[in-house]
Amino acid sequence: MSKVRVLVGTKKGAFILTADGKRQKWKVNGPHFAGWEMYHLKGSSVDPNRIYASQTSGWFGQIIQRSDDGGKTWNTPGSSSDELKGPEGMPKGESNKFAYEGKVGTHKWYDGTQHPWEFKRIWHLEPSLTDPDTVYAGAEDAAIFKTVDGGKTWKELPGLRSAKGQLWQPGAGGMAVHTIILDPKNPKRIFIAISAAGAFRTDDGGKTWKPINRGLKSQYELPDPDAEVGHCVHRIAMHPSRPGVLFMQKHWDVMRSDDAGEQWTDVGGNLPSDFGFPIDVHTHEPETIFVVPIKSDSEHFPPDGKLRVYRSKTGGNEWKPLTKGLPQKDCYVNVLRDAMAVDSLEPCGVYFGTTGGQVYGSADGGDTWNPIVRDLPAVYSVEVQTLP
Amino acid sequence: MIRVVLPYHLRTLARVDGEVQLDVGEPVTLSSVLDALEACYPALRGTIRDHDTLKRRPFVRFFACKEDLSLELPETRLPDAVIDGTEPFLIVGAMAGG
Repeated sequence: MSKVRVLVGTKKGAFILTADGKRQKWKVNGPHFAGWEMYHLKGSSVDPNRIYASQTSGWFGQIIQRSDDGGKTWNTPGSSSDELKGPEGMPKGESNKFAYEGKVGTHKWYDGTQHPWEFKRIWHLEPSLTDPDTVYAGAEDAAIFKTVDGGKTWKELPGLRSAKGQLWQPGAGGMAVHTIILDPKNPKRIFIAISAAGAFRTDDGGKTWKPINRGLKSQYELPDPDAEVGHCVHRIAMHPSRPGVLFMQKHWDVMRSDDAGEQWTDVGGNLPSDFGFPIDVHTHEPETIFVVPIKSDSEHFPPDGKLRVYRSKTGGNEWKPLTKGLPQKDCYVNVLRDAMAVDSLEPCGVYFGTTGGQVYGSADGGDTWNPIVRDLPAVYSVEVQTLP
Repeated sequence: MIRVVLPYHLRTLARVDGEVQLDVGEPVTLSSVLDALEACYPALRGTIRDHDTLKRRPFVRFFACKEDLSLELPETRLPDAVIDGTEPFLIVGAMAGG
């Protein structure tokens, strides 16, 4: 029988939640890396026991962790005693070294001046669809890095920062590459999104990138209605069967593109608020999408204290609230951008975590929800693996 | 032997309990002790000082013999009591405030 493994990154450690295919009884394992901020954990689709994790600390900086046994044990890649007995002698220990390529350059600072790029942390790890040793990493300050040796060393793909990087300006939440989507039908094509800069696409494997923000409206943040960069994209989602169709939760607005980001249209329709962070697509229904409306940019909690996932079965515009099993009064949590995921079982499982430490799961495509665990630290990220 | 006390999170990262003992040749300085520490525990590289510039991370402090050595130059020789093993060299996570 199939199993699911939910990887949860929190403000104070990582947790691994497991269940069989019924997804009714859960085991909670953790905390791993207790006390550290765990921005993101994600497994390789080629080798599900290979999991990468981004571990960070305001004191000690960035750490990359890797598990080769499904999260039972972890190592910083390239730092084991076996790997250090190389002919060069000195240990490398460079799995946490994220150096910008070439001249560091500058981006726009809060006061309008130019400010040098400074690496802070990795927000998102996206393992390759074909090679378990290849992973892309989204960084703050915004940049994309790549490893081809299982996380031992990382190199920047600097072409991204050439896409008008001097005009990018951090928002209050920082300036990070938080979304990386690999096109399963075109290995040269990658989509990424940066808070307060926008969405970008490469069609040549990461050498060159272009902004894909036409149709986005940000009248309260950007006075220029045709601004090519500067849009606060919160999340992008794609169904693997249709890589040209993208869905976006923006700072305000839920958007859709049917041409790989060339043009976006508003599909917020009847949502009670089109502000929010995560967006995801149903595994078996490419036109079914999920969002979690948040009251506003000033009040990061659900409208009316009711935690509601909204589902559209029409690719947007027509939305219905999903409330069964979710708190419908006095709920003032947020759901962060990387904290929603879907499994590939039938019916589709949907999962999300909250800043209040709850992880909710639905084993029926969102019709009903149950808390898998209620009292974790604030949840930063949720990923799910469907295992044989 | 030089005795080094790591903060909790770096002990878990390096997978050590208690003090670390390092064999460091003369001259025993801030940088030579950190070099030796990172050579023995490469997972610590980049967590105490920057990979390339070797500058101390802003919220890491170096204490020894009731003195704060954080602002001393890397080539500063450590106190004799640290060098002869009487006193430990402390690597500390700075106070978080709040």
